[in-house]
Amino acid sequence: MTKEKIETVLDERGIARAVTRISHEIIEKNLGAESIVLIGIYSRGADIARRIASTIREIERIDVPVGLMDINLYRDDVHSKLDQPVIQRTEILFDVVDRNVILVDDVLYTGRTIRAALDQIIDFGRPRSIQLAVLIDRGHRELPIRPDYVGKNIPTSKDDRVLVRLKEKDNDEGVIVVKSGMNRPVPKKIKLSGSRKKGGR
Amino acid sequence: MQLRSRHLLGLEGMTAEEITLILDTAESFREIIERPIKKVPTLRGITVLNLFYEPSTRTRISFELAEKRLSADTISFTTAASSVKKGETLKDTVRNIEAMKIDMVVVRHSSSGVPHFLTQCVASNIINAGDGAHEHPTQGLLDMFTIRRKYKKLDGLRVVLVGDIKHSRVVRSNIWGLKAMGASVALCGPSTLIPFDSEQFGVELFTDMNKAIEGADVVNIMRIQLERQQAGMFPSQREYTNLFGMTRERLALLNKNYTIMHPGPMNRGVEITNEVADSESSVILEQVTNGQAIRMAVLYLLSGKKEEEV
Repeated sequence: MTKEKIETVLDERGIARAVTRISHEIIEKNLGAESIVLIGIYSRGADIARRIASTIREIERIDVPVGLMDINLYRDDVHSKLDQPVIQRTEILFDVVDRNVILVDDVLYTGRTIRAALDQIIDFGRPRSIQLAVLIDRGHRELPIRPDYVGKNIPTSKDDRVLVRLKEKDNDEGVIVVKSGMNRPVPKKIKLSGSRKKGGR
Repeated sequence: MQLRSRHLLGLEGMTAEEITLILDTAESFREIIERPIKKVPTLRGITVLNLFYEPSTRTRISFELAEKRLSADTISFTTAASSVKKGETLKDTVRNIEAMKIDMVVVRHSSSGVPHFLTQCVASNIINAGDGAHEHPTQGLLDMFTIRRKYKKLDGLRVVLVGDIKHSRVVRSNIWGLKAMGASVALCGPSTLIPFDSEQFGVELFTDMNKAIEGADVVNIMRIQLERQQAGMFPSQREYTNLFGMTRERLALLNKNYTIMHPGPMNRGVEITNEVADSESSVILEQVTNGQAIRMAVLYLLSGKKEEEV
């Protein structure tokens, strides 16, 4: 009954190119990689962070520390959900004080995850700066947050689902958008009237 | 995966999946208490009442710290400085405090069943911090957590609980939890301190310490409750130490890579010698640290559960 339209927006090579470009941009902006630490948000953000780190190693011959972060304890909706999210490990085994922290996530959407991550990083110490790298920016921000490095901008509707699949966790690799606008019962009257403008006759 | 109940009254009836969820969650909280800022904002706006009708050092401080590390607001209540002395009943006390809008109650009481009773009086989430000789679930959980951190598993291990089985709520919580997780459990103590119906737990019973601990991975030593010694449950402390004390000589009977545990407070020189208590295989202080992580995990997992959802 429900029709879902699936669209691949980034394939394996596309992801690889995006990671390479982001890595170069990070090095360029920070004048090298000496001051950098990477923190990936659980779980796929951490995988992307590791890939960026290995690309930076190829370019600059420097091992950049990579941390892993679960942000569920810092969420703003912990008590409004029915079920408590399962907490994963946060592993930041290095000092963030006076470093340029690159926060890495797979999809940037409302910005609430990033707000939680910012609060958590600051509880670990006072970094020189925090920069944000995302593979996909799908828009619909609810907080004043913007990324510094973007793999790809994808215009989406709020009902769409953006799925990032990486070899580390999934069998295949790619970014898929599931257009699920059809899931919602479309009010027939408006559709039939042919009027697209709000308030139009 | 979620806990089925909105209260933690005991480990009896809990499934292996539920216990595993609590232990896994505690693993994440264990990392937080090693951070420079040992605090997360998770329980902001939640108020927790610590209702201690019985003396306690470890458990009360551990719960209070766990609550503060989760950014909850806490009130601690001890009977000595309260209207309980004026004769107010338990139910009235709690209902009055709840009228000040609290969300969770941690309760310790000398009577079994008090936490269960409270679930019927008030709408808050109730956490049992020890009730009479019934259960002390967070202690059972932290014991399992400590064992699991060392051996990376619980099933197949042989755990011996030694001492005052009859009066120990820690023993009961350990039995329920360890059995659910697939460990083999043995109890050992003077026959006067082993309840006659202990077989119903599905555990081995011993009155000979040397036989009990042979081949054991973990020996968890219960406190001899000296205040109960007046009742003549065993002839003398000296005899108790000879028959059931954990001494260096007895360590040789255990499995390689053994672990010595004690929920505290210890009677050094009675149920455990100084040598053993301070030895490398003793994880007694580790238990205390882990207790905080377990209590944080329990508070976190129960905090979202409102009355109408269950």
